[in-house]
Amino acid sequence: MKRERQLKGRRGRWLRHILTAHGLVSYIFLYFPIVVLVVFSFNASRYASAWRGFTLEWYVSLLQDAAIGAALKNSLIVAGGSTVISTVFGTMVALAMERYDFSGKLAFDSLLYLPIIIPDIVMAVMLLIFFVLAHAQLGLVTIIISHVAFNISFVAVVVRARLAYFDLSLEEAAQDLYANEWQTFARVTLPLIMPGILGGALLAFTLSIDDFVITFFTSGPGSSTLPLRIYSMVKLGVTPEINALSSFMLIVSMLLVLLSFVLRKGGEGEIEIV
Amino acid sequence: MSEHAVELVRVDKHFGTVVAVDTVSLSIRNGEFYSLLGPSGCGKTTTLRLIAGFEMPTAGQVYIDGELQGETPPYRRPVNTVFQNYALFPHMSVFQNVAFGLEMRHVSKEVIQHSVFEVLEMVQLPGMERRRPGQLSGGQQQRVALARALVNHPKVLLLDEPLGALDLKLRKAMQLELKALQERVGITFIYVTHDQEEALTMSDRIAVMNKGQVLQIGTPEEIYERPASRFVADFIGETNFLEGKVAAVRNGEVAVEIGDALLVYAPLERDAVVGDTVVIAVRPEKISLSTTPEDPRALPGVVREVVYVGTDTRYLAELAGQVTVMVREQNLAEETARRLSAGTAVYVCWQPQSARLLRG
Ligand SMILES: Nc1ncnc2c1ncn2[C@@H]1O[C@H](COP(=O)(O)OP(=O)(O)O)[C@@H](O)[C@H]1O
Ligand SMILES: [Mg+2]
Repeated sequence: MKRERQLKGRRGRWLRHILTAHGLVSYIFLYFPIVVLVVFSFNASRYASAWRGFTLEWYVSLLQDAAIGAALKNSLIVAGGSTVISTVFGTMVALAMERYDFSGKLAFDSLLYLPIIIPDIVMAVMLLIFFVLAHAQLGLVTIIISHVAFNISFVAVVVRARLAYFDLSLEEAAQDLYANEWQTFARVTLPLIMPGILGGALLAFTLSIDDFVITFFTSGPGSSTLPLRIYSMVKLGVTPEINALSSFMLIVSMLLVLLSFVLRKGGEGEIEIV
Repeated sequence: MSEHAVELVRVDKHFGTVVAVDTVSLSIRNGEFYSLLGPSGCGKTTTLRLIAGFEMPTAGQVYIDGELQGETPPYRRPVNTVFQNYALFPHMSVFQNVAFGLEMRHVSKEVIQHSVFEVLEMVQLPGMERRRPGQLSGGQQQRVALARALVNHPKVLLLDEPLGALDLKLRKAMQLELKALQERVGITFIYVTHDQEEALTMSDRIAVMNKGQVLQIGTPEEIYERPASRFVADFIGETNFLEGKVAAVRNGEVAVEIGDALLVYAPLERDAVVGDTVVIAVRPEKISLSTTPEDPRALPGVVREVVYVGTDTRYLAELAGQVTVMVREQNLAEETARRLSAGTAVYVCWQPQSARLLRG
């Protein structure tokens, strides 16, 4: 409040104009390329030099491109598989960390955050060396394992945040009402941390579906995912199909983020009740 | 069926170096309204949790309905708990909350339906089945918590400061309602509270606790009229404490010298010999003031302070040797009400059987 009033002076007015302009420029800088990308995915011309009218041609040709179809399938297998596995294990890790005391817990705790902090490229090289040493055939399986390796951390962190303010007396109330440990988990604990688990799963899916670096290092012949496919297409020049494909991925990621936001909102409402 | 709903035999509970419960022995009869009363941190909740099975005793035995509990988990004990913060399941409706215990015991759908509606009727919450706990007021949540426990017809109901979160007026109303409910259903209630008035109002018997130990067990009247220790006398109601030395013991009565100028009397309720350091406790409402020495044992003094508190008037009277006592006089019909003013010379007097002889 006080600050606002100070800015009302003459000098303040100038400052405000400059700040507004600065904000606008920043937004244009951030979003102009995205707008261009989306607009040109509907351009009837093959070249980005001029607008020649609206078309859905490039989206149709995407659907007919067998290589892109295969890449999409790979992407879904990798993201789906690694999300399921890392959600189950990440949730278990979060429960163990939040609920039990064991020796070396502090070390585990710090190690858990490492995959979030390590640069992708380091992790990618690390994993590649590991697979080579293990004589593993690079392919979808090695990609899934790699994605699980970083996703577990993200899921665990999100679920733990939810568990941190879980009211333990709710579990005691369930046990007081004749529910054994499993029934208590299934009927009380799991439903209450579900928003956290779903949030973690969505995050894992989003991270997995657009990962490039780690996937690039751990993939083998025939296991290209969408980002890898786009990369190899771009090497031959930017085509409207790439614009269309990128726009499509943009929409999908935005929907995922929106979904996780809605889920988290729903979760907060419930916590207020607690 | 055992005569006792719950028995604790020399139970200890340690948390690391903290002794939360210290050789506690309790025998709670069937159908009793039994209160655990004591200041915050004295081990009431821990005692309750030992009965419910959320904590296992470090030493000693817990019996429920005559059966030794040992390591029996909470879900196999025939008791239910009303938690301090209610602990209602936020993701379930009122109906689902109340039905939870019956469902876990595989009671048929029709019986559950019937029982839940019946118990919600009993706690005066009909028509609330479909609400979520978050949509209820504190008082309503409290009733749901009660219904959720009572619907199971437990052998014993454990209540941990269930009215603590309610405002004064609602709390008073709920005290009477809870007591009436307990008499109607005939279930043994073990009721934890730090509010002495609440315990006195509701209980058949009270166990007064401090620092993990049970100091005295008795009916509200016994606890109030014959406190066994200075702590109990002080914690429950208001009391004047007069410290002194035993001057004489005769005819079942003890004379105690307070300072060098005062001699007060009390029934000889415990061993005392001349020279012992003791404390005499007298409740303020047992003391009377008069302007003439009607009793040979009346003590002369001066009124120092007068405080009008609606139902009664409180006086602070100074006796010889700068000993002060608080006196409470009921404000009766206005025309007969007499109010002494500060500075008035008075005689302070009480029946010898109103005084308690306590260890110094
Ligand atoms: N789980 C626990 N771990 C360590 N100390 C505890 C635990 N539970 C209770 N205590 C301690 O035991 C004592 C009694 O606590 P509690 O039974 O909750 O008292 P009250 O209910 O009478 O206020 C307190 O000193 C408390 O700090
Ligand atoms: Mg307590």
